[in-house]
Amino acid sequence: MTSTADLVCRDLTKDFTDFRAVDHVNFEVPNGSFFSILGPSGCGKTTLLRMIAGFQFPTSGDLLIKGKSMIGVGPNKRPVSMVFQHLALFPMMNIGKNVGFGLRQRGVAEAEIKTRVGRILERVGLPGIQDRSVDQLSGGQKQRVAIARCMVLEPDVLLLDEPLGALDLKLREHMKIELKTLQAEFNTTFVYITHDQSEALVMSDNIAVMNNGRFDQIGTAEELYYEPSNAFVAGFVGDANRFDGKVVGVDGQIVSIVTDGGAEMRGKTTAGVPAMGQRAQIFVRPEAIALLKDPAQTADHMNTGEWIVDSVLFNGANSLVILRHPKSGETIHATLPQTGTFLGLSKGQSVHTSWAPEQARCFATEGQ
Amino acid sequence: MRSDQSKLGFYLLLSPLLLWLVTLIILPHMGLFAVSISEKVGVREYETGFGNYAVFFNEPLYWRTFARTAIMSIMTTVLTLLLGFPIAYYIAKLMRGRAKTTLFLMCLIPFWVSELVRTFGWMILLRETGVLSNFLQFTGVIDGPVEFLYNDAAIMVGLVYTSILFMIVPLVTTLDSLDDSLIEAGYDLGGSGFSILREIVIPHAMPGIVSGCIVVFMLSLGNYLTPILLGGKDSLWFTGLIYTQFITRFNWELGSAFGFLLLALSSTIVFLGLKLSRQSLTNTMGR
Ligand SMILES: Nc1ncnc2c1ncn2[C@@H]1O[C@H](COP(=O)(O)OP(=O)(O)O)[C@@H](O)[C@H]1O
Ligand SMILES: [Mg+2]
Repeated sequence: MTSTADLVCRDLTKDFTDFRAVDHVNFEVPNGSFFSILGPSGCGKTTLLRMIAGFQFPTSGDLLIKGKSMIGVGPNKRPVSMVFQHLALFPMMNIGKNVGFGLRQRGVAEAEIKTRVGRILERVGLPGIQDRSVDQLSGGQKQRVAIARCMVLEPDVLLLDEPLGALDLKLREHMKIELKTLQAEFNTTFVYITHDQSEALVMSDNIAVMNNGRFDQIGTAEELYYEPSNAFVAGFVGDANRFDGKVVGVDGQIVSIVTDGGAEMRGKTTAGVPAMGQRAQIFVRPEAIALLKDPAQTADHMNTGEWIVDSVLFNGANSLVILRHPKSGETIHATLPQTGTFLGLSKGQSVHTSWAPEQARCFATEGQ
Repeated sequence: MRSDQSKLGFYLLLSPLLLWLVTLIILPHMGLFAVSISEKVGVREYETGFGNYAVFFNEPLYWRTFARTAIMSIMTTVLTLLLGFPIAYYIAKLMRGRAKTTLFLMCLIPFWVSELVRTFGWMILLRETGVLSNFLQFTGVIDGPVEFLYNDAAIMVGLVYTSILFMIVPLVTTLDSLDDSLIEAGYDLGGSGFSILREIVIPHAMPGIVSGCIVVFMLSLGNYLTPILLGGKDSLWFTGLIYTQFITRFNWELGSAFGFLLLALSSTIVFLGLKLSRQSLTNTMGR
């Protein structure tokens, strides 16, 4: 354990009556960093967070905050605060009373509570709203009050359980940036859980990808995106085209497969080379695929092919084109370059694609 | 034209309620009031005046019974709340699914038998040769048979027992609507069980507490059977006095005055209770 880690989990496990919700999870969150736990719904994120907050008790494993084990410590005695999924602001109190709740529990003097509440509300950009009631606030304001209510206690770790889930898309985009700014300003360790990969990628210093109660990979956004350690991470983080097939050739780290539809393609493997004849999957990101009008431009070592345009999904800079393989019928998503070359591309036209095998990832199919 | 029709429909729908209010509540009370302000001056001779009310205030037995009924009803209400709240909290917050429904239904079961039978049940338990007395003799706590009936404690037990359901139902309903995450947030922010109860649970449950208290208080105040049966002849319950005036003494004028005083008492205390708890009637009853 490094002395700078605010939160350490060792082999943390939680069993419910008939299944394991959290399975031997290990991680460390360095002081003052933004740590996200990203995973699909039902993978055990909330259970993990509730164990850290103290509302659920681990079946086995250890949990340390600032180097002290938290096993057997009640939620009201831990130096962590939690922003609940639906915020859980107290509707029976006004905003000032809400934010001051924790300080009152600590027996801080009334006058001091008042100044500290005023100061924290100012820091989250809502000065002077102490006397309003909870239902007079907008969604984004409630969000900030919920954070202020925790931050006024100066916790070592702030836990956030999908706090943006209830907001509409526009506000969510805005709050993402704001949360990151707040975290940097307070310099407090944030542990943030979400099923939305873009939230995790934008805000986090480190991200753990969780699947079926286990951590599949921990790394920075770039590492997860460019160097996924397994097929789940490659498919879950960012968009990717997936092809299933059989291994027909191995050249160092470059694996060739023939897809079930009969197309041959190559990808780089980083997680153990699959054997000849084994089933494997190749993941290619839409933006790694180059579209070409002239096949002569394609280099030899590249994955190349001729495809028919199935549809163009225009979305400004994020436009995509869906291509169909003339023989196998497989489809692939590729980013549409906005250089003007493909202006007026329409259904039924044929284009050539190429991508470097190093840009694609190959993993042996699990469970064979 | 259309609005005339919809108005007609509105009044038609309203008419049963109005009929009920007028014939069963307003008319009898008007009659009662008219009777209560007529004084008997001779055979079949009456004069209008507040003499009946004067009788009440000049006779200590009457107004002492009145005060005693009020105080014991308030104590019953408080006791019912203190007993009912933990039960309701347990049902609403700590139970899940089937167990919750079962427990809730178990609270209802005693109400399938009539109040009379239930009260006799208590008499069987509490009388001199009853279960409790025998049990205590058997265990050697007391030497001879002890009469547990016919005292104020027995009346309170009976009143709490008959009215506790009307406390539990509104409490379970309001506590059910309290989001668990509010309680968790309270703990997370360093609250103790007591401060969370005081600052989060009770303020949230206030409408349920007040409406339960109003119902229990009115039921106790107007109860006749339980105080008479468990308290005996000298139970001194105000409804007993009213009964005596109407049925035994044939003094309808005084009985009516008593009835009106009881109405005034319950209205005043409910009003004070609402003011003290800063709740409004629409807020508590309108849920
Ligand atoms: N108290 C509980 N008892 C039994 N199973 C539970 C309990 N709480 C959660 N689960 C189950 O554990 C799994 C993980 O739940 P959760 O941690 O809420 O997932 P997430 O927050 O990632 O969506 C789910 O399948 C859920 O049904
Ligand atoms: Mg969850």
